[in-house]
Amino acid sequence: MTSAEVPPLGPDDHVTGGGRETVLYLDLACPGCAAMWPGLRERKWRLCFRHFPMASKHPRSPALHAAAEAAGRQGRFWEMCDSLFEERGRVDDPHLWERAERLGMDLDRFRADARLDVVAARVRRDFESGLRAGVAGTPAAFADGRRVEL
Amino acid sequence: MIEPGTQAPAFTLPDQDGNDVSLSDFAGCKVVIAFYPQDFSSVCGDQLSIYQEVLGEIRERGAELIGISVDSSHAHCAFREHLNLKITLLSDFHPKGETIKAYGAYLEDRGHANRSLVLVDEDGAVEWVHEADTPLEIPGANLIFDALAASGASA
Repeated sequence: MTSAEVPPLGPDDHVTGGGRETVLYLDLACPGCAAMWPGLRERKWRLCFRHFPMASKHPRSPALHAAAEAAGRQGRFWEMCDSLFEERGRVDDPHLWERAERLGMDLDRFRADARLDVVAARVRRDFESGLRAGVAGTPAAFADGRRVEL
Repeated sequence: MIEPGTQAPAFTLPDQDGNDVSLSDFAGCKVVIAFYPQDFSSVCGDQLSIYQEVLGEIRERGAELIGISVDSSHAHCAFREHLNLKITLLSDFHPKGETIKAYGAYLEDRGHANRSLVLVDEDGAVEWVHEADTPLEIPGANLIFDALAASGASA
C-alpha cells in the first residue's frame, strides 16, 4: 500500500478507443463519475478503466464493480458500465440481473461470475494500484504515468 | 507544523459520542492523526472515506487512525453516519482549535485546520508529519503506509 507509480496497461486491463492513453480510476456508484461519463466516452483517446470502489461512501459500489467484471467475462464490460452510470437508481441485485438480461447475457453465468473471488481480487488489484498512486477520490486520471485534470 | 522528533502535544478531546479521548490512551501503539478542515465538505469527505477504506490495513500494522477538526461532537456524529465512517473523530471545538494550534496545523485566516497528517510513535513522540500545500489537496493513504513502513511497522 506504499507509494508506487501507476502500473502501465496490462493485457487484462479494460481498454477502449484510440488516441492518447489515459488511465481512469472510477467508482461506478460515484455521482461525479456518472455525470462525467458520457463526455469521457466521447473523447478521442485510448481509455483504460480501473476500478476504484469507495465502499464506505457507496455501500453498493463493490457489487456494481463485480457486476461490471462479470459482464466483462461475457464481452459486455463497457455496456454494463454505460448502463450503471446512466441509470443510477436501481442497483439492487435483481436490478443488476435485469440489466444483464437486457444486455443479452447468460444470467446464471453472470450471477455466478459476480461472486467469484477472482473477480473481487481483480477489482481490489485496481483499487490498490490507484491508492498507491495517491488516488483519494474519483474520478482520477493519469496520462504518461502522471496525474492529469479531466 | 510541529517537527518530527519532538514530543507530541498531549490532548483530551471529546469524540463523536461526547466521550473524552486522550493521546495517552494510545500509548504503546502508533497513532496517525488526520487534521482536516471541516465535516461535510466534499474534499474532507473523500479524505476520510479513503482512510476508512484502508483502516483495517492501518490497524494490521499496529497503528490507529483518528481525525481531528474544529467541528462539534454532534457534527462528527452525523458526519460519520453520513459516510459510514468507523474512524474516531475528535472535536477541537472549545477552546476552538487549541489542539490543532499546538500541532501547528491551524489556519488562522480560515479558522480551521489545514489538511495534515501526524504519525505519533508508541512513546508519544512525533515521528512524521505531512502538511498539504492547500486544504484542497488530499494527502493520499499511500503516504500513511510509506510513513508506517519507514517507522518499521509490521506487515
